[in-house]
Amino acid sequence: MDWLNSIVQGVLVGGLYAMFAAGLSLIFGVMRLVNIAHGDFVVLAAYLALVVTQALGIGPLASLLVIAPLMALIGYGLQRWLLNRTLGDDLLPPLLVTFGLSVIIQNGLLEVFSPDSRKLQAGAIETATIPLSPDLSIGVLPLLQFLVAVAMIGGLQALFYRTSWGRALRATSDDQSTVQLVGVDNRHVFGLAMGLSLAVVAVAGVFLAVRANFDPSMGPARLIFGFEAVIIGGLGNLWGTLAGGVVLGVAQAIGSKVDPGWQLLAGHLAFLIVLAVRPEGFFPRVQA
Amino acid sequence: MTITRGARASRLTAYAALVIVAALASAPLWAGPSNLNLLTQVFAYVALATMWNLLAGFSGLVSVGQQAYVGIGGYALFALTMFGGLHPLVALVMAGVIGGLLALPVAALVFRLRGAYFAIGSWVAAEVFRLLASQITALGGGSGTSLPARIVVDMAAGRQAREFMIYWTGLALVLVVIGLAIALLRSRWGLALRAIHHNELAARSNGVEVTRIKLLVYVVAGFCTAMAGALIFLQKLRISPDAAFSVNDWTAFVIFMAVIGGIGRVEGPIIGAIVFFVLRQSLSDLGSLYLMMLGLVAIVIMLRAPRGVAGWLHDRFGFEPIPLERRVTYSSTMHESKPEPQHV
Repeated sequence: MDWLNSIVQGVLVGGLYAMFAAGLSLIFGVMRLVNIAHGDFVVLAAYLALVVTQALGIGPLASLLVIAPLMALIGYGLQRWLLNRTLGDDLLPPLLVTFGLSVIIQNGLLEVFSPDSRKLQAGAIETATIPLSPDLSIGVLPLLQFLVAVAMIGGLQALFYRTSWGRALRATSDDQSTVQLVGVDNRHVFGLAMGLSLAVVAVAGVFLAVRANFDPSMGPARLIFGFEAVIIGGLGNLWGTLAGGVVLGVAQAIGSKVDPGWQLLAGHLAFLIVLAVRPEGFFPRVQA
Repeated sequence: MTITRGARASRLTAYAALVIVAALASAPLWAGPSNLNLLTQVFAYVALATMWNLLAGFSGLVSVGQQAYVGIGGYALFALTMFGGLHPLVALVMAGVIGGLLALPVAALVFRLRGAYFAIGSWVAAEVFRLLASQITALGGGSGTSLPARIVVDMAAGRQAREFMIYWTGLALVLVVIGLAIALLRSRWGLALRAIHHNELAARSNGVEVTRIKLLVYVVAGFCTAMAGALIFLQKLRISPDAAFSVNDWTAFVIFMAVIGGIGRVEGPIIGAIVFFVLRQSLSDLGSLYLMMLGLVAIVIMLRAPRGVAGWLHDRFGFEPIPLERRVTYSSTMHESKPEPQHV
């Protein structure tokens, strides 16, 4: 029962990892950009939530109404005025510019908020549980986090495949010079994709902040979890990122059950095993 | 018509390099211990940045995980001296060999990832080594360990002799690393790397074994980076997983040096390391503001002058102190004006 409990917790944490991964996967899919600062944006959103909840006296979930649009705006601006200039055949500029951003965000947060770890208080919901059996109960908050992740990925999927905006995103992903011939402004589309990615990051950041302590140095590890979930799930597949997140979460939960020092290592090993035996991931998008 | 590699500037560089090396080799005569210490740090960073540049600037392998090899080198040095009884200098070379050997299985995994995902994959590999190092209880686990006093004392006769020995080891290391990089880039593999850089598909279809050449470069970088790591922790005399596998210290700073100095030119990392240390000596009191500034400088350079200081000097003045390519020079009787040099 103890093991089952750990595995259930792992599955639910996987939802959070899927949120990290979905934002990463989205911009890679649309513009082949890997944002090294992705994890630092998650932490930035957590700190913004801290400021907003304190300033407005609202709960963490309500603060998303402010933070998600704000992060989306930051993302759009960043893409239009900075990252679009780095896109091209050369791999180095986007990588190194986002690497520079990562250093700037981390140290900026350190300067403003100090290295002390913080946490968002969500009230009674934090400790509420749903008992499934005498030995097994599920926390309401982790469950909510998982359901939000599922809803978000479902929403992104619908947006990509059911709306004209999604069509523009997919067309730009397929061939960014040809879409311009049919009147799509790819710079604008890239901006929207980054805005969407950071809106997803905002949700992930708030859940991260409620779930556990956070500090300015946590970003890179979040980037790595998201990246591992993307690769395990298979490049270019949003539902795959959910599967990848769950695999990673369960591997970490089992690892920490064996020995607390093995939590992160077990997650990385799961990723490396997938890379060794199935480098295309579990559910790669079928390439035409 | 003659085909040469050098020009007047590169012959001057050769003479200047001799003078500089002679001056550096005699530094123990004129510099105090703290300056020797600082210079050794510069040597280690030039070695790290040269290897990162070889990977990212010449071979398209943008790694954010070279701290793996710094940590492996440091830990190998400690293990080989403490449990193997080797002299630290022998252990330093062996640490390099271990780094090169471990690069093979790492490459087998991370080479499956392309481009930017390779960068993060290499970072995961470094994290795995960091977590494994914190499981080695004989070397202090997560909190690390110090090099035992007897090993430090037995290294050389007296404190001064030890400081000189570490300094000269650092100088020798950086000369070997730069020499190795130049030799590799001037060899036929270097030519193949340039072909891959220009058009990988065309290079492949002309029989260039792209993966094997990239693997060669990755292993050489693992070897040299691990030796630099061994030197760094021989100097520090203390190691811990977080210090040994630090992405900030061994990769972020190294990337700043390469970006500022000029990615894709051999002299770039040398210039970048000097600029970095001058900035650090004067601005490091600013703490995290200093790091934010470095991040900003890297972004601006990447957008405005992506080839860094060395690239700018080359484009603006044709300054090419360490030429890698051959050029054709036409004699004046054949042409009125000197044509553009043809890069081969």
